[in-house]
Amino acid sequence: MELTGADILIESLKKEGVDLIFGYPGGAVLHIYDALYQQEDITHILVRHEQAATHAADGYARSTGRPGVVLVTSGPGATNAVTGIATAYMDSVPMIVITGQVPSSLIGNDAFQEVDCVGITRPCVKHNFLVKDVKEIANTIKKAFYIATTGRPGPVVVDIPKDITALKAEFSYPETISMRSYTPIEPVEPSAIEKSVELLLSAKRPMIYSGGGVVLDGAWDELIEITQLLNYPITNTLMGLGAYPADDKQCLGMLGMHGTYEANLGMHNCDVLFAVGARFDDRVTGNVEKFCPTAKIVHIDVDPTSISKNVKVDIPLIGRVSTVLKAMLEVLKKKKQKPDQDALAEWWNQINEWRSMDCLKYDRDADIIKPQYVLEELHKITHGEAYVTSDVGQHQMWAAQFYRFQKPRRWINSGGLGTMGFGLPAAMGVQLAHPDETVCCVTGEGSIQMCIQELATIRQYSLPIKVINLNNGVLGMVRQWQEFFYQGRYAMSYMESLPDFVMLAESYGHCGIKVTKKSDVVDALTEAMKIRDKAIFLDFITDSKENVYPMIPAGGGQNEMILI
Amino acid sequence: MRHIISILIENEAGALSRVAGLFSARGYNIESLTVAPTNDSSLSRMTIVTSGTDEIIVQINKQLNKLIDVVRLSDMTEGEHIERDMMLIKIKVDDSAEREEVKRLADIFRGQIIDVTDELYTIELTGSGDKLDAFLKSLGEVDILEVVRSGTIGISRGEAALQLLSTS
Ligand SMILES: Cc1ncc(C[n+]2csc(CCOP(=O)(O)OP(=O)(O)O)c2C)c(N)n1
Repeated sequence: MELTGADILIESLKKEGVDLIFGYPGGAVLHIYDALYQQEDITHILVRHEQAATHAADGYARSTGRPGVVLVTSGPGATNAVTGIATAYMDSVPMIVITGQVPSSLIGNDAFQEVDCVGITRPCVKHNFLVKDVKEIANTIKKAFYIATTGRPGPVVVDIPKDITALKAEFSYPETISMRSYTPIEPVEPSAIEKSVELLLSAKRPMIYSGGGVVLDGAWDELIEITQLLNYPITNTLMGLGAYPADDKQCLGMLGMHGTYEANLGMHNCDVLFAVGARFDDRVTGNVEKFCPTAKIVHIDVDPTSISKNVKVDIPLIGRVSTVLKAMLEVLKKKKQKPDQDALAEWWNQINEWRSMDCLKYDRDADIIKPQYVLEELHKITHGEAYVTSDVGQHQMWAAQFYRFQKPRRWINSGGLGTMGFGLPAAMGVQLAHPDETVCCVTGEGSIQMCIQELATIRQYSLPIKVINLNNGVLGMVRQWQEFFYQGRYAMSYMESLPDFVMLAESYGHCGIKVTKKSDVVDALTEAMKIRDKAIFLDFITDSKENVYPMIPAGGGQNEMILI
Repeated sequence: MRHIISILIENEAGALSRVAGLFSARGYNIESLTVAPTNDSSLSRMTIVTSGTDEIIVQINKQLNKLIDVVRLSDMTEGEHIERDMMLIKIKVDDSAEREEVKRLADIFRGQIIDVTDELYTIELTGSGDKLDAFLKSLGEVDILEVVRSGTIGISRGEAALQLLSTS
């Protein structure tokens, strides 16, 4: 039977198992909205700004491992989505963004609501398509999902001119797909696996450094198994938190600019570094000249371009993290050789000594609410198992340091692009994907205002999101840099005219509680967990002078931390 | 070091901008870039001349390979290869002595005069970039009106060929 392009699109999405899409209508996508209206398998979530649609789809994808889907109109719809697309791209999140385009005959004419969407998004997508023929829709959607979800995942944009969605064609969805120009995974050399295991076993001061790749590939079981089999210390990147339970004794917490003393010194002094699905980002390495000066490095990554990009590695293992770890485990279990236990014991002694510095200490006796305290209490109440999204700034770093994630895919934050405004819409995607789970958005009074309009979406769909606003009255992370590096010249980092967040939340039909006393923190959090039909906005008035420690200043080595 | 990278890329709108965009976004050098369809009209062959440290060249190769539209890639500089550049050059030749001299030089460089007017010669010359440079230099003081160069194209010597892998 012949279907319109719009119906073909919807049927194709169903074939891909899509149950939710996030979007906002407009002229160029009206045929598609009309088709959506006439079916029931796919639920459309109406956001209040296209940026939020992409972040929500992103939250959905990160928390489920399935691609998020977005539908927006041409021109401003597409440009509003760009921040979210770039955010997903930087963190390798699988996402399909369908953008309307002006009718084919008008393309290039500066038509109403025309932008070169393929051109604008090119540098921040894994791939993009302009569909020029109704017969290509099904195949293009198949390709888009295939590209977005395989290899190193990422967003794919499919730009569809309005006329194409009205034209008709026979619908048949390809069962399988292969592309001569795209081979997502190459097989790993068995000899490299063997060599890497030998190097790991020869270590006297080993360190495992694992990243977002483990979470993206669902490889945490293998990671935990190999880490425990070897009894080596492990540190997680900001993107990798939760892949290894934070409360386990082998876990040294996060590394990098705001990483723990023990993790960063462990990195600096190790002799064998095992990098698992991590990409040696500059926030991790600090000054690359000074990075892991004595280490031989084994690096697993699915993306060949990540290998030896910033830091030269000795044994690259290109492939899916799970596949490579399984192969390594097999070899490892057959080996008679064990790690040098004396050396390892000595190394653990050293690490525990660093640990005893208690680098995350803060003034627990202060009268004022310390942000760290709120997060520690949140951890206790939710057992470190809630879904926590965050925005960008100090609160993000404190959440990473103090929430102590016990499970993977629970920590949802914009690590690569650092997008303020991410947290609230991302929480919507997470909550929609996991209706019965606790979803918290840890944010600051600066960031939350960048997508605050989503409180309306959250009301419309009755999402019981817990907004944990660490309201320090300043753009804290900016303020911290100005204090440290600009002699306290606080240019534009103080916000005047903050709204009354409680009234604001209530005006959207949610609950709001302002918490000014430390003694009320636990009660407020406990209360928040009980609400199931709408959001609760907890406005914690926290210490505006608190800083994030430890900190490696720009250009510093991992052993050059500023401690409290 | 200078490298010549040849790629087979899907002959699709936007393929060229993906490559050009990659070079500008990552700050890689690009000395010349040529592209045209091959005998298989679904594929274009692109030749990029670039330079950089060994690490950068490795990254350039990997990043190009990562582009979804790139089907095959070969760094010509890794093996023996032949490279060619074509130049069209329009020269003012006022008197017969100058005409004689330019013709003589063109012959030496195996160039061809492909258009003549009372005052002008247009010469076509093919060869490596160095050879074309040498020709320009040898012309000395003459009045050059226009120089057009194709940019380098290259092919490997012997059996090696940049082809689709057979899918059978
Ligand atoms: C869209 C965007 N604009 C600017 C920045 C730069 N920036 C990083 S952190 C920060 C301050 C964030 O303030 P707030 O949300 O109040 O969090 P706090 O640091 O106080 O916890 C700013 C402005 C950014 N990351 N994203």
